[in-house]
Amino acid sequence: MSFLGIGILSWITFLPIVGMVLILFLPKDNKKAIRWTSVFFTALQVMLAVFIYMNFNRGLAGVNLAEGFQYVEKFSWIDIKSVSWFGRIHIDYFVGIDGLSVLMVILTAIISFIAVFASWGIEKSLRGYFALLLLLDTGMMGVFVSLDFFLFYVFWEVMLLPMYFLIGVWGGPRREYAAIKFFLYTLFGSVLMLLAMIALYFSVSVIDPATGEKFHTFNMLAMMNPTNYDPGSILAGVGTSWRYIAFIALFIGFAIKVPIFPFHTWLPDAHVEAPTAISVILAGVLLKMGTYGILRISYPMFPDATLHYQVPLAVLGFINIVYGALVAMAQDDFKKLIAYSSISHMGIVILGMSALNTQGVTGAILQMFNHGTITAMLFLIVGVIYDRAHTRGLNEFGGLMNQMPKYSGIMTIAFFAALGLPGLSGFISEAFSFLGAFQVEAIRWITIASALGIVLTAAYMLWTLQRVFLGSLPEKWKSLPDINGRELFTLIPLAIIVIILGIYPSPAINLMTSAVNTLVGVLNQHGGAMFLGQ
Amino acid sequence: MTPELLVKFSLLILFLPLFSFLILIFFGKRLSRQGDWLGTSILFLCLAFSSIILYYKLTVFPEAINYTFNWIDFGNVPLIGELKISLGLVVDNLSAIMLVVVSIVSSLVHLFSIGYMHGDIRYSRYFSYLGLFTFSMLIIVLTNNFFTMYVGWELVGLSSYLLIGHWYEKKSASNAAMKAFIVNRVGDIGMFAGIMILFYTFRTFGFNEIFSMISLGKIPMGSEAWLTAAGILIFCGAIGKSAQFPLHVWLPDAMEGPTPVSALIHAATMVAAGVYLVARTFPIMTADALMVIAYVGAITAFISATIAIAQNDIKKVLAYSTISQLGYMVMGLGVGAYTAGFFHLTTHAMFKAGLFLGSGSVIHAMHNALHHQKDHHTDPQDIRNMGGLGKKMKITFITFLIYTLAISGVPFTSGFLSKDEILAGTLAFGGLTGHYLIPIIGFLVAGLTAFYMFRVVIITFLGSPVDSHRFEHIHESPKTMTIPLIIFAALSFFIFFSFNPFGAASGWFFHAIERPEAIVPLTVQAADSTTFEEALHHSHTTAMILSLVVAGLGILLAFTTYKWKKINADALAEKFNPLYKFLLNKWYFDELYDKMVIGATIAFTSVLRWFDNNIIDGMVNGTASWTKAVIFGYTEHKKEKRYSSIIFILLGSVISITVAFYAGQWLWNEHSFITALLFAILSGALTFFFFWAGAGGFDKYVVDGMVNGIAYLSGFFGLMFRKFQTGKVQTYIVFVLFGIMVLFYIFR
Repeated sequence: MSFLGIGILSWITFLPIVGMVLILFLPKDNKKAIRWTSVFFTALQVMLAVFIYMNFNRGLAGVNLAEGFQYVEKFSWIDIKSVSWFGRIHIDYFVGIDGLSVLMVILTAIISFIAVFASWGIEKSLRGYFALLLLLDTGMMGVFVSLDFFLFYVFWEVMLLPMYFLIGVWGGPRREYAAIKFFLYTLFGSVLMLLAMIALYFSVSVIDPATGEKFHTFNMLAMMNPTNYDPGSILAGVGTSWRYIAFIALFIGFAIKVPIFPFHTWLPDAHVEAPTAISVILAGVLLKMGTYGILRISYPMFPDATLHYQVPLAVLGFINIVYGALVAMAQDDFKKLIAYSSISHMGIVILGMSALNTQGVTGAILQMFNHGTITAMLFLIVGVIYDRAHTRGLNEFGGLMNQMPKYSGIMTIAFFAALGLPGLSGFISEAFSFLGAFQVEAIRWITIASALGIVLTAAYMLWTLQRVFLGSLPEKWKSLPDINGRELFTLIPLAIIVIILGIYPSPAINLMTSAVNTLVGVLNQHGGAMFLGQ
Repeated sequence: MTPELLVKFSLLILFLPLFSFLILIFFGKRLSRQGDWLGTSILFLCLAFSSIILYYKLTVFPEAINYTFNWIDFGNVPLIGELKISLGLVVDNLSAIMLVVVSIVSSLVHLFSIGYMHGDIRYSRYFSYLGLFTFSMLIIVLTNNFFTMYVGWELVGLSSYLLIGHWYEKKSASNAAMKAFIVNRVGDIGMFAGIMILFYTFRTFGFNEIFSMISLGKIPMGSEAWLTAAGILIFCGAIGKSAQFPLHVWLPDAMEGPTPVSALIHAATMVAAGVYLVARTFPIMTADALMVIAYVGAITAFISATIAIAQNDIKKVLAYSTISQLGYMVMGLGVGAYTAGFFHLTTHAMFKAGLFLGSGSVIHAMHNALHHQKDHHTDPQDIRNMGGLGKKMKITFITFLIYTLAISGVPFTSGFLSKDEILAGTLAFGGLTGHYLIPIIGFLVAGLTAFYMFRVVIITFLGSPVDSHRFEHIHESPKTMTIPLIIFAALSFFIFFSFNPFGAASGWFFHAIERPEAIVPLTVQAADSTTFEEALHHSHTTAMILSLVVAGLGILLAFTTYKWKKINADALAEKFNPLYKFLLNKWYFDELYDKMVIGATIAFTSVLRWFDNNIIDGMVNGTASWTKAVIFGYTEHKKEKRYSSIIFILLGSVISITVAFYAGQWLWNEHSFITALLFAILSGALTFFFFWAGAGGFDKYVVDGMVNGIAYLSGFFGLMFRKFQTGKVQTYIVFVLFGIMVLFYIFR
């Protein structure tokens, strides 16, 4: 499927770049044009995402089979024939989606579109802001569609710089500290990822069907096939120390992004300092890149290490859930509280993933999507109040329910979705993550212990609700205006998604079942039999 | 009439209240009279449909009618095969009766609320929430699987939260709402764990599917202990929702909500959902699980009955009485008196809803009288401020008296029938198992109930008014309020349940609701129906006589104390002061939980917050300052010492990482995860130490602490940041490229 000879995934990935270039040519002072250009390009992206959703073949699996991917584009990108001691370098531009990535592509499109509207209030160097925002958009989208590890890495890094500047320039009082912390931390992670990537590159080689020449490749699907590993190479074999080390290096790279305890402390700082729209993107999409990376790369490439580290992974999920919730409870900054709640909710993704079975992984992917929409709502909600009151102190508010009824109504949906109320989307994904994890004997008790998070989440969410929205209204907030049309426009689409997927999650689940079942098959059979049989 | 039509009717009943909720929440304020007529008439429509369903279900369709649909399709799951999750509803006698109970109470409460909530600031909001509640409650009633049961379970929790906190400007109201939700969640975790066990084994949530697989001998994880555990865990949900010991503390606080809400949610329907849940899942309960259930019920009934004696707030007395009666029902189910337990739920729903609405009528009158006097200090709910109201509020008084007779178990009332059956069941249980404590508590509580209920009636309605001026302004409530009272009073008589006033066994109810066949393995089965029926038959007359005697004694004692004043209650309270204080303070449960659970959690969260900010983040910031200290030589250390530091750090980290990896792997293989984890922490600390020592931490940082670290960090970052701003981003790219080249070389 292509338009003007360019595939739909390339369109959806690079449209924002087109928008960015256009914006850079617009006059600096024409704020209206800059904003609406951004709206136009992200709206196009949403339309493409809808198109992808409608035409996505639910029966195709993907994961480790090239034929299972959809909207595939593949052509040679870098091809250097025979460099003195290291042979031929060949890197493909290889994109495609399957059940693991399609929801993330849709999520990225939606969240970027909403983030543009949430950025309406930005006044400081508007042009630069929207240009960077669109660049960020491309980076995120690219990560989710890449099937070549090198390309993946490039997009991963492309996303980093705009994020750094968006926090460092447009952020709050401690923005420089937060931005550099985010930057260095993620860089540290990507260096580890780079190590693992290069180790993989030199271990895997494929044969060029045209020339019969054997060469190394960054093709992810090739890396998932045990028969492509050169005997004697560093990552050949099953369950070797090097494989475990490579898995851990990759894992840390991804874990920083999720973030998984103890690599999480950049997140609250980044969130507190970032402008609302950036927080929305950060929580809505960026965190998912970590868990997505684990599912897309770590799991199918290292099924042996995945099985080996199943229990520690579940333990980390438990720590994220309970520790995140407990620390969230002790916060008195609204945004910081939501940031920690994010850590807690991403723990559920980790727990579900660690189950390595269909229900758990489905729950985890669904939780990635649902957390994206719900937490985006929560950050938008914080943004609304911060724009008006210029403070986020939980203890300074009270009684907003009467003062801002519409705002409070939509807030109620978001809060209850976040605490996992049935009928709203968060519940379904939490429930299946837990159900899946419970089925694995090794992590059963960890799952039961994690259920404590359900109570803690209810406690801090309701406590926050009480402190901000119930009780009597302090005198100084008597003139706060209710939520306006633009802000409602950012929240209502998300609320609708949250409600629909809460009642009938099948539209989302049907997209991924084939892929998830294949992935689970790889882990259970190939992880054991195929790898061991080599 | 066909089964399909009954299903359609039940779907209609289910979604009509949701429709009412949606209309009222969005457009309520714009409708005439804020839409109260809409909510109320929809509920009466529901009542009509439920009556039709009940009639046809009982007369035409003896079999349960199931309706299921596919909800999620997981496709072809590895190692399992096709996995689909279907949800659905069931119309059987149990759900049909419960439908009628819920819609009667809900519709009458709607009607009552029109008068009671008149002029409230969030009038339409109130009615919309009532609709939401009814919808969620009907999910629980109609579900045929654990999943939607859990969904309804939490949704009633939500509407309960919203309605308890209806007057959320009051801190006490919002606190009570929060408490109710969170305490319920504790129980829900247990229930969810139970559901997880069942789903793990049976890969379905459906009651029927699970029951039939158990009856074929398939049990969770192949062990009877897990089956018992599953039963008890499911029951945890009931402990929360039906306010059983030890999670009963939320219900008395829930009285902060408007009184009609207390009648609907916190007396008649939602709190009875726990009992309904046990009735629904009764077949999977093993003998041990039932024993736990019976004891929990008995303990709850006893504790709350004793507390009720010492309370002076009319709603608090009723709240504890509700807990006590719920304990009764749970105990009834636990001992195996299945029909009796559910029967008591039905009869209790009528007279307890009546009691609450009656108290609402009294509070309404008191409130108006106090308002008239411009008195804002006197508590309109304290029975000590009432007295003699019976003369002014005839209908309220007479109906209240009827409910009280019913709850005390006086003949010719419905309460007598149901209570008597439960007590007979406990006696039979005692005879069969030797657990005589259960019937002893049962009869004791029956006496206590009669006593404290008559105490309320006497102090509130009889005697002389406390304040004659206030008394003049007391008026009977409007018709919208008295009509529901009269209907509930009528429904508190025996005739609606059985034509024989001294035995319900021959009535329609006992024919409709039969104890389900036991399906759990024989070894863990409780006494089967036949044995139990026989024991029941023997204990019936004894139970009846005994229950009449204790109820009579209770009533007599109440009259001697509070009417004829032969016993001085105050002097008694003075004499047994510690005991009185203990009861007045509700056995100090709240204080215990406040200190032990909430206080401890809050303290723990502060510790963790400190830990997160200083230790975890301290390490992150520390790494930066150490790196800087080493590389930039920012400290006072001499140059040569700096180089030695670098070597020290590199060597130290290489050694500790190597040791950590190999030792960790060995420990992981040979020992356990925990040892490996401990070791990892230890070796992490070791690496940490090398870093610290290498950076001259001993000299400097031990003394100055991490405060300086932050200063350094910002200096360092400032430096870095400046570099970026002077266009040196390429240094980063160069760095990465260099790294890539090095790596290429290493791995080649």
